[in-house]
Amino acid sequence: MRQMNPRESFWAGAKEITPILMGIIPFGMISGITAVNVGIDRGTAMLMSVFVFAGASQLAAYQLIASGAVSFVIVYTALVVNLRFVVYSASIAPYFKPLSTPWKWIYAYLLTDQGYAISLIRFREDEDVDPLWYYLGASVLLWITWQIFSALGIFLGSAVPEHWGLDFAIPLTFMAVLVKSLDSRPSIIAALVGGLLATAAYNLPLNLGLIIGVLSGIMAGYWAEAAGRPRRGSDAS
Amino acid sequence: MSGSTLLWITLAMAVGTFLLRLSFIQFFADREVPPILERILRYVPSAAVSAIILPAIVYVNGTPDISLGNERLLAGAIALGVAMRTRSFPLTVGTGMAIFWVLRWLF
Repeated sequence: MRQMNPRESFWAGAKEITPILMGIIPFGMISGITAVNVGIDRGTAMLMSVFVFAGASQLAAYQLIASGAVSFVIVYTALVVNLRFVVYSASIAPYFKPLSTPWKWIYAYLLTDQGYAISLIRFREDEDVDPLWYYLGASVLLWITWQIFSALGIFLGSAVPEHWGLDFAIPLTFMAVLVKSLDSRPSIIAALVGGLLATAAYNLPLNLGLIIGVLSGIMAGYWAEAAGRPRRGSDAS
Repeated sequence: MSGSTLLWITLAMAVGTFLLRLSFIQFFADREVPPILERILRYVPSAAVSAIILPAIVYVNGTPDISLGNERLLAGAIALGVAMRTRSFPLTVGTGMAIFWVLRWLF
């Protein structure tokens, strides 16, 4: 198979991320609108969008800011939501080995669910594409789209009156995210335990309820998986 | 929440998120994720997202409200059904917001 040159690889990445951008557009707008709606000033909202550049964790932070959570819990929860990047980082690291340190930092900063997903699929499928340029094409286009539509949302958000209750779009967005992660029995158990415990313990001081909910949900999922795995010798059917 | 607190939160989230992204790319490039860590991380999205959503729709001004009078709970339940059926992000948010607004206008 003919090897693609850097430019072709870059544009292949940009082209293949395009259908995914249809989801990034409303996500970015909701993120911008809700940031302003929960009382974050425009400048900080834009800083968040540029420097954090991780929509789900931003929405989690906005939700907690709206409910008056303590700062530590807001940061903690946002980072727990972003723990998945560690897994992405590990599986994409072999392809980034040729990069110099500054470029590794830039590539790491650009790591997203979508950019990671299409890149890894493409890298494993065929060898014709230059992985470093393909990833850059996909990630840069996603970055630009996210920033433009976040900014648009931040701009529009100040025009939307608070009594419209647009902050309700945060849990709704997360529902769409949640159903995608519920792909097995243990993950459903993790969600049920996490949600119910966080709700039951909601009024504990320092938002301990949320931390308890998240940790017990994770443990419940982990144990459900261990319990569901056939033990040695018992699966000889 | 004060502006400077929000800036500190933004900074902490930015640095933390960057380090998570950079972790294996920079520091442990030759290592695999330990299997036990990978198995634990598998359940983080479900547990965390659900722990954020459910209190946000059950509690109204700090008290739980599990009745039809809680528009967020009702609209959220229907939106969850839409999410499970369609797996569509715009449809889930669109239906949920529409029902929420209709319920608030009716009652």
